[in-house]
Amino acid sequence: MIPRHLIIGVSIMLAIALGLGFYAWRMRGHVEQGAAVNRQTVAPPVTGPTEQVTLYVAYDEGGILRPQPTRIPLPAGRQERAQELLRALLSLYLDKTSPHALVAGSEIRNVYLVDPGLAVIDLNLAFADGHRSGVLVEELTVASLVETLAANIPGITRVKILVDGKERDTLAGHADLSQVYDVTAVNQMIGQLAGTT
Amino acid sequence: MRWSKEGALRAARVLPWWSAAALLILASALLLSGAPEEKRLTVYSAASNYSLTVLERNGNDYVGLAEILGPLGNVTTKTEGSKWRVRYNGAESEFTSGKNRARVRGQQFDLAGNFLLENGHGLVPAASLGGLLPRILGGPVTFHELSRRLFIGNVAVHFTAQVSKSTPPQLVLNFTSPVNPMIATEPGKLRMVFAREAVVPPSSQTLTFDNRVISSASYGEGNGTAELVVNGSVSLMASFSSDGRTITIGPAPQAAGQGAAISNPTAAAPTPELTSPSAPASVTAVKHYFAVVDASHGGEERGAAISDQLAEKDVTLAFARRLRQELENRGLSVLLLRDGDNTLSLDQRAAMANAVHPAIYLCLHATSEGNGARLYTDLLPAGGESKGPFLDWNSAQSGFLSVSQAAAASVAAELRSKQVTTRVLSAPLRPLNNLTAAALAVEVAPPESGVAELNSSEYQQQISSAVAAGLNDLRSKMEAGR
Repeated sequence: MIPRHLIIGVSIMLAIALGLGFYAWRMRGHVEQGAAVNRQTVAPPVTGPTEQVTLYVAYDEGGILRPQPTRIPLPAGRQERAQELLRALLSLYLDKTSPHALVAGSEIRNVYLVDPGLAVIDLNLAFADGHRSGVLVEELTVASLVETLAANIPGITRVKILVDGKERDTLAGHADLSQVYDVTAVNQMIGQLAGTT
Repeated sequence: MRWSKEGALRAARVLPWWSAAALLILASALLLSGAPEEKRLTVYSAASNYSLTVLERNGNDYVGLAEILGPLGNVTTKTEGSKWRVRYNGAESEFTSGKNRARVRGQQFDLAGNFLLENGHGLVPAASLGGLLPRILGGPVTFHELSRRLFIGNVAVHFTAQVSKSTPPQLVLNFTSPVNPMIATEPGKLRMVFAREAVVPPSSQTLTFDNRVISSASYGEGNGTAELVVNGSVSLMASFSSDGRTITIGPAPQAAGQGAAISNPTAAAPTPELTSPSAPASVTAVKHYFAVVDASHGGEERGAAISDQLAEKDVTLAFARRLRQELENRGLSVLLLRDGDNTLSLDQRAAMANAVHPAIYLCLHATSEGNGARLYTDLLPAGGESKGPFLDWNSAQSGFLSVSQAAAASVAAELRSKQVTTRVLSAPLRPLNNLTAAALAVEVAPPESGVAELNSSEYQQQISSAVAAGLNDLRSKMEAGR
């Protein structure tokens, strides 16, 4: 005969398991509802007064990076500002007269400021899959993204680049994306690319 | 001592827990004590290769007949009392429990022992398979009874073994079908176990080679597998090519040549060390190379498309071979990590290079964009903290960066002296950050005359010669840093 305390114990555990299962199911429903809402939300184009920013633009001819002061409208939030900055940079690269052409469809999915000092740039798959392969050409892209962010958003000391929300070994076979970029080290790299060091 | 009712009840409550704990301990002890190796029978056929458990009954080995026939064709069985009938592709055979006489396709057949019927499963003595199966299947069957390997039809995989006279020597094994053995290494021995491949013995089970680095190989079979053990005087490693039809065995990069200079070992993926937890790494002295030259990309990883026909991996390999020659011409020893179209991961490249403690690691890249050459030292990633003697893998290069930069400057000066446009940069380029030696990447772009010249021997010679000269100039400084 099964001892009574064992029956009680198993019954309690079953009840807990059922309760947790029901809770998880309810939570999943909430998340799906939230995701559906998010999908419907489209950020309006930023309008209004413009601000002076410095974009670090890569030039394939000469293999250099140049600071380019420009005025763009920026939202108030720090994270939204970061996204707008990189989208402004990308619009330059996707233009017909681009000095550092990226494949059509390249996008910045998001920029997250997850920790004081750490920025995470999430590129879309087309950006990485369609990127030209080469040490210098990939390095220019990475340096341009990191430096544009660090130069305009105070407090960013490290930058991590994801592709389609996931970690990826390299951008297009060369530039290492598995590590976190140190902004000070990237600054030195920018100096080398500009020929000042 | 008196027994009370409460005490008895308490004991009754506690007893199941104690019993469960005791059972658990007993089961753990049995598991830890190690069970004897299960006897297996391996069947090789055109349809599939599979392995079955062999049962011991009355001191003899038995196997389920329906289990053998199942993967080979359409099988149905029927039990009527002590009679067991099996129909294979329409042909019926009848066996009687406890009797050794059977009827196979209408003809009598005497088994090597009595037929056994257990829970509807018909068991036949394994020793009878060589005679019984050809009658049931209606085709040739070869049975290696001692090793319990059953070959149905013409499925045997033959191989040849030959030691090349190259430096270092290599044992090249060519198989008639692709193979994928489990490989284990220990000092002076490389063991390949063929569990699923119908490998059959060569003409002689012991092969001796007139070579003191790779001296012999011995073939053996047992418990449904074949095994080939290659013996040598140094640590050995294997690499696969020709879609698994060729296995090349040669000294591991860290192994000492012991009389045979390892100047250009073929790049090979390190084999998993399965049986050498106690193998002392110092059994063989480590050979040091001045330079490890790494042709980037390779195999499935093509790198950049230089042109419609030309992949970066091919250009880097050609450059690497020329650079090896140029360095060797200056008396500098070189280990080429990839001397063929092999796929090597970045971690493998770093581990192989670090293992031989070179004065410098050089990785070669090629591009169709821009002109001249670019030299890169590592752009160290954020974070990474070495603890005592343990270096952080991602920033292992940090202690060697100044020597790397000096090497880059020296090579750049030589390249510029030959009118090659040269830039010195740092880049986030693996595996530079994992190297515990001076480490430099060279990205070669086409000359002014155009991308077609990137693969020309003159241009490659010009660049290789300048790189080798630049490294030679800094030889003493780099060797001091080792």
